[in-house]
Amino acid sequence: MPRLTAGARHRVAFTLNGKPVSLDAEPRLLATDALRQQLGATGTHVGCEHGACGACTIQIDGEPARACLTLAVQLEGRDVRTVEGLAPAADRLSVLQATFRRHHALQCGFCTAGILISLDAFLRTSPNPDEQELREVVGGHLCRCTGYTAIVAAALDAAATLRGEPASSVNRDPVHV
Amino acid sequence: MKPAAFDYVRAQHLDEALDVLKQQGGEARVIAGGQSLLPMLNMRLAKPAVLVDVMGIPGFGEIRREGDAIVVPAGVRQAKLLARLGLATEQPLLAAALPWVGHYQTRARGTVCGSTAHADPSAEIPLCLVALDGEIRLRSRKKRRSLKASEFFTGMMVTDKAEDELIEAVAFPAAVKGAGYAFREVARRHGDFAIVACAAMATADAIHVAVGAVADRPERRSYPLLEGSALDDALNAFAWELDARDDIHATARLRRDLVRSLGREVIEEALRCRA
Repeated sequence: MPRLTAGARHRVAFTLNGKPVSLDAEPRLLATDALRQQLGATGTHVGCEHGACGACTIQIDGEPARACLTLAVQLEGRDVRTVEGLAPAADRLSVLQATFRRHHALQCGFCTAGILISLDAFLRTSPNPDEQELREVVGGHLCRCTGYTAIVAAALDAAATLRGEPASSVNRDPVHV
Repeated sequence: MKPAAFDYVRAQHLDEALDVLKQQGGEARVIAGGQSLLPMLNMRLAKPAVLVDVMGIPGFGEIRREGDAIVVPAGVRQAKLLARLGLATEQPLLAAALPWVGHYQTRARGTVCGSTAHADPSAEIPLCLVALDGEIRLRSRKKRRSLKASEFFTGMMVTDKAEDELIEAVAFPAAVKGAGYAFREVARRHGDFAIVACAAMATADAIHVAVGAVADRPERRSYPLLEGSALDDALNAFAWELDARDDIHATARLRRDLVRSLGREVIEEALRCRA
C-alpha cells in the first residue's frame, strides 16, 4: 500500500496540457502551489484558498476542480488542463477566449482563468446552454469587476460559434436582465 | 493557508483503509473528493496525522440498486449521482436537491458520502437522507453496521461514526409508488450555505417534512394529511422546536418564518406531485 510520509517529498507524475510532467511534492502540497511554484504554470491564480472564489479552477480528467482543494499527490496519473492549455497556438485564442475579448468579459483578469476553465468544461458537455445554466456555472466564481453580464454574453456567443452557427446570427450585445 | 503536515495513504483495497483507521483512527481522516476536508485542512481546523484516500478502492465508484434502495458508495461524486439516468423518477427529491449542493465545480469533485460524513447542518445531502429515512453503512476492521440517518447525525458536524469506522455507502430509498416529493432552499446566492432548506414527502395518508440549516442537524417530522390552519400550527410548532439561533447569515426569527413558509410550500408541492 503506497504510504507517502509527511516530511519527505514524493515523485508525482501527470499530464499537464497534453505534456507529461513530474515534480516532487510533500503530501500537504496543494495543486495550486505545485502548478505555480514547481512547474511555473502561473496562469492558475490563487485567491481564497478554501474553495469559495473559483480563481484556481483547473480541469482534472476533463472535469472542473478547485486546485486549492486538491493535493498535488491527487494529480498522480491524471490528465490536468489549465488556462495555458486553452489556446490552440501561441498566437491564437480559443473560441471562448476570443468571445471573452470581444464582449469585454474581463477587466482585471484575476478570476478569468478559472472562469474560462469552468466554461470550457461545461460547454463540452452542454453545447446548447441557456442563460440560466451559464449563470449557475459562473456563480461558482467570484468576479468583482464585470457584474457577470458580459461573461454570460461571451459564453452564449462561444456556445453558438462552437455549434457552428454563423457569426451573423449571434447576438453580440450584452444580455441585460 | 497551507495544511499542516500529514502522511498520505492511497488505499487500493478497503482492508488497507480499515487497517489505517484501526491503527490510527483518532489521528486519521478519510479523504474522498476533499471538498469539505481540504478547506478544514487549509484553515488548520483539522490537523490529522494521516489522510486515507479511498477513491481508488474497487467498487467504491459505482452506484447500484439493492431492491428499493439506491446505494451510493464512498467514491461516488455528487455530479455522478445527479447525472444518473432516470434519477428524477427513481428519487425525485435527489434530483431536486442535488443542484443546490455547492457549485457545479465542487459537485464535480465532492462525494455524496463525504458530505454525509462532514455533517454540516445546512448541507442538502444529509437533509435528503433524513427526509427519506435513508441509511448510512459503516465499516470497521471489526464489523459492519447500518444506521438510520436520524441516528447517524448527532450534532453540528458530529456523527455516530467511530474513529475506526468509515462510511462504506449511503442508501437512499427509491421513490415510493404514488408518493410526491419536493425541495426548496433559501440562500443568499445559489451555491451558498442554506439559511433554511426544506424537503417533503407526501403519501396517500401521511406528510413527512425535514428541515436543514436551523437546528444542529437535519430534523424530520411526520404528520397525517393536515390542511389549513392545522398544518400552519404543526409547522409553527416544528419551527419553535428547532431552537433557531441568530447568526451572521440570518436571525432566528427569519429562520422560523422560513420554516413556516418553505415548509408549507414543499408540503403543498409534494401533495400535488403525488401520482
